[in-house]
Amino acid sequence: MSHHIVEVKNLKYTYPDGTCALKDISFRITHGESVAVVGENGAGKSTLLLHLNGYLMSGNGIIRIGDYPLTKETVKEIRRTVGMVFQDPDDQLFMPTVYDDVAFGPLNLSLPPEEVDSRVENALFTVGALHLKSRPPYRLSGGEKRSVSIATVLAMSPDILVMDEPTSNLDPRARRKLIELLKTFKHTKIIATHDLDMVMDLCERTIVIHKGQVMSDGPTAEIFMNQELLAESHLEKPLRMQGCPVCGNK
Amino acid sequence: MSRIQTAFLDLGLMDTLSGKDTPVHRLDPRAKLLTTLIFIITVVSFGKYEISAIIPFFIFPAVMMSLGELPFYYLFRKILIVIPFAFMIGIFNPLIDREILMRIGLFSISGGWISFCSIMVKFILTAGSVLVLIACTGFNSVCMALEKMGAPRIFAVQLLFLYRYIFVLIVEASRMANARALRSFDGKGKGMKVFGYLLGHLLLRTIDRAQRIYLAMLCRGFDGEIRVNRHLEAGMREVIFTVAWSAFFIAMRVYNIPLIAGSFITELIL
Amino acid sequence: MHMADALISPAVGGTMWAASAGLIAYCSKKVRDDVDDIKIPLMGVVGAFIFASQMINFTIPGTGSSGHLGGGMILAILLGPYAAFLTMASVLTVQALFFADGGLLALGCNIFNLGFFPCFIAYPFIYKKIAGEQPTQQRIMAGALAASILGLQMGAFGVVLETLFSGISELHFRTFVLLMQPIHLAIGIIEGLVTAAVVTFVWKARPEILEMAATAKPVRHLSLRNVIAGLLVFAAITGGALSWFASANPDGLEWAMFHVSGKEELESPEKGLHSMLGAIQEKTAFLPDYSFKNPEEKEGHAKTGEGEPAANSGEDGKWPTVSAGTSVSGLVGGALVLVLAAFIGFALKKRS
Repeated sequence: MSHHIVEVKNLKYTYPDGTCALKDISFRITHGESVAVVGENGAGKSTLLLHLNGYLMSGNGIIRIGDYPLTKETVKEIRRTVGMVFQDPDDQLFMPTVYDDVAFGPLNLSLPPEEVDSRVENALFTVGALHLKSRPPYRLSGGEKRSVSIATVLAMSPDILVMDEPTSNLDPRARRKLIELLKTFKHTKIIATHDLDMVMDLCERTIVIHKGQVMSDGPTAEIFMNQELLAESHLEKPLRMQGCPVCGNK
Repeated sequence: MSRIQTAFLDLGLMDTLSGKDTPVHRLDPRAKLLTTLIFIITVVSFGKYEISAIIPFFIFPAVMMSLGELPFYYLFRKILIVIPFAFMIGIFNPLIDREILMRIGLFSISGGWISFCSIMVKFILTAGSVLVLIACTGFNSVCMALEKMGAPRIFAVQLLFLYRYIFVLIVEASRMANARALRSFDGKGKGMKVFGYLLGHLLLRTIDRAQRIYLAMLCRGFDGEIRVNRHLEAGMREVIFTVAWSAFFIAMRVYNIPLIAGSFITELIL
Repeated sequence: MHMADALISPAVGGTMWAASAGLIAYCSKKVRDDVDDIKIPLMGVVGAFIFASQMINFTIPGTGSSGHLGGGMILAILLGPYAAFLTMASVLTVQALFFADGGLLALGCNIFNLGFFPCFIAYPFIYKKIAGEQPTQQRIMAGALAASILGLQMGAFGVVLETLFSGISELHFRTFVLLMQPIHLAIGIIEGLVTAAVVTFVWKARPEILEMAATAKPVRHLSLRNVIAGLLVFAAITGGALSWFASANPDGLEWAMFHVSGKEELESPEKGLHSMLGAIQEKTAFLPDYSFKNPEEKEGHAKTGEGEPAANSGEDGKWPTVSAGTSVSGLVGGALVLVLAAFIGFALKKRS
């Protein structure tokens, strides 16, 4: 079974205004892996993510999702396979109620109404938001919005989850709950983030991007031990790996 | 409190009211929309010197407000806020139309005053009924009803989007307005130039947001068509509601009940 | 300058509803056929922007009062006329429903006044002509300013006509025009300046946004002709309906004529049309109405028009001409019913 594989080869992308966002990106992510994409602001993380579901397409480089290369013909199927969770849930939750929003994707797949119903229920149940079903999105807390955003994607039953800053703007408790939730998912996960502590919890592998290029790609623990590498890409060791300033432990 | 925050709270409160669970709230939105429309047309169809015959029409909003557990003073205040335009136009009537139409003892009342009062009564009724409609139905349901009653889907969807993002954009706009207020002194900084930049920025952000939303829609298989899995169910209750109220309105339009009742009483007394 | 339900007659309200509904249907079709799907979220979000922006004020120099953004013109410049019309219609719908700003029946009038004129007249014939194919900052400024002012003038004139045809207000045509147009000239200048400021800001920062709106509809030339043709057909239908009413109800016409002759001392230039519409209004109402008072029979007589059947029971005096006795009855009865209405409301509240 190879359809959970994400492969990117020599990807380059320049925005129409001339900004070169991606210079040369290559990596391969296999079934069930959980990979963090880290890097400074403007390193090209978001641009990379936008390529993974075919919103941006460049002539340069190849992207392969599962068995298919990403082309205009396969983009519809690939968007179903790759579920994308956006940084701002307000962008993702655009329908009048939570139910309508989670049902939006399944309805576009032309599923029968009963199937849509059960998918919505399952997705909301998985993220623990079933009780929010008939609420409008603007009446949700930040944590609830995030859970529902994830449910909207789960309802499409994707094989691969791509997330942009899933822990941003969450209070510590909501953040912890989200991490626990993501741990239970069996999907292939690609997470772009600055929250390195979360990376330690969730991702066994980390890709560091710097100025549109892959600086480093390897096991998370190794990368976070490499002080020089982190400094060069505007990162810091996760807090829990730093010495405690109060008790002085190294 | 600034105007924008008031507006936000206002929308929020109306939205909360519409989320209540009362018999009126549970009715199919189409029935309520249609009945309100018939109500308004009947009220507006009264002649311009009519006051007493319109009074029974207060029963409809009164019943809806109490069954729907809506706050009377709050809605009334909302009506007062928007009354100035009708007031301004109406107030010319007493100035122009000075013919005496009615005498009560020593007082003579001109036609202009009567038609002015009639405008105000009609205004309160029509504006009130719309607020009651939205407070006991909710905007989203009204949009669904519009769509089911034949409004183009793209227009209904458009309304839903608008309503959804009002909440987001008002917060964004009020943050910008606050940031401006905190750094404006003696009225400096609140002029048109700064205002233009402020709105320009807000607009650019808004357009970027629209692009992100579009992207989020594409990611979930959007193909130009918005589908909603929701059924409205109109049963016997809705039919009875609409027919009974409409019959009442028409009866009140045909027979001047207050006048009949009034003559009866005055005859008894005199 | 939102029209209110209380100021219009059902005939005017209904006509304008039909006109606006037709335009909405037409624009919806146009937007659907547009290949650019992004317009669907864009319209909604930009509509919300107009709404939110109206909550932010700025100080008008030298006056101390404050102004805000109106919307129609900026929408047309950003989205093109069809999408802009739909967006303006939805902004007005939300305002009508949530803030009772312009009523439900008057919504048709408001959408027409504030949507049609800026989007389909001022934008293509004024803004586009001034701004041209290769706009410069000055051209955009001038175009936005002129188009906003003229769009609003036409809208204000629409308000005047709708009010006059409804016959609820006593204002005469000339007075009303002299009242409305200058006020809206001032509002239009301010709105034009703000629109110009925001549009040039966007144009400088992200010129491609304005280009998107300008290039999205290559068939615009033809379509505008369609819109105008549609309006003509609409006018013809209305006219046909009007004459049908007139011929089907000779009493109504006679009645109206009678009143026209009785109203000679009121020198209103729109008299003929007004009473014609009055006749329609009378017929579209559920019962022949007696709202047009006749100066000659103001005292004593308890009858209005000759041709009018006395549908109600004997002593139900017609309001405008009733004797003091019946008026008092009306007042007493009105008060009684008001108390009753309040009581019903109160009782239901107690129960629930």
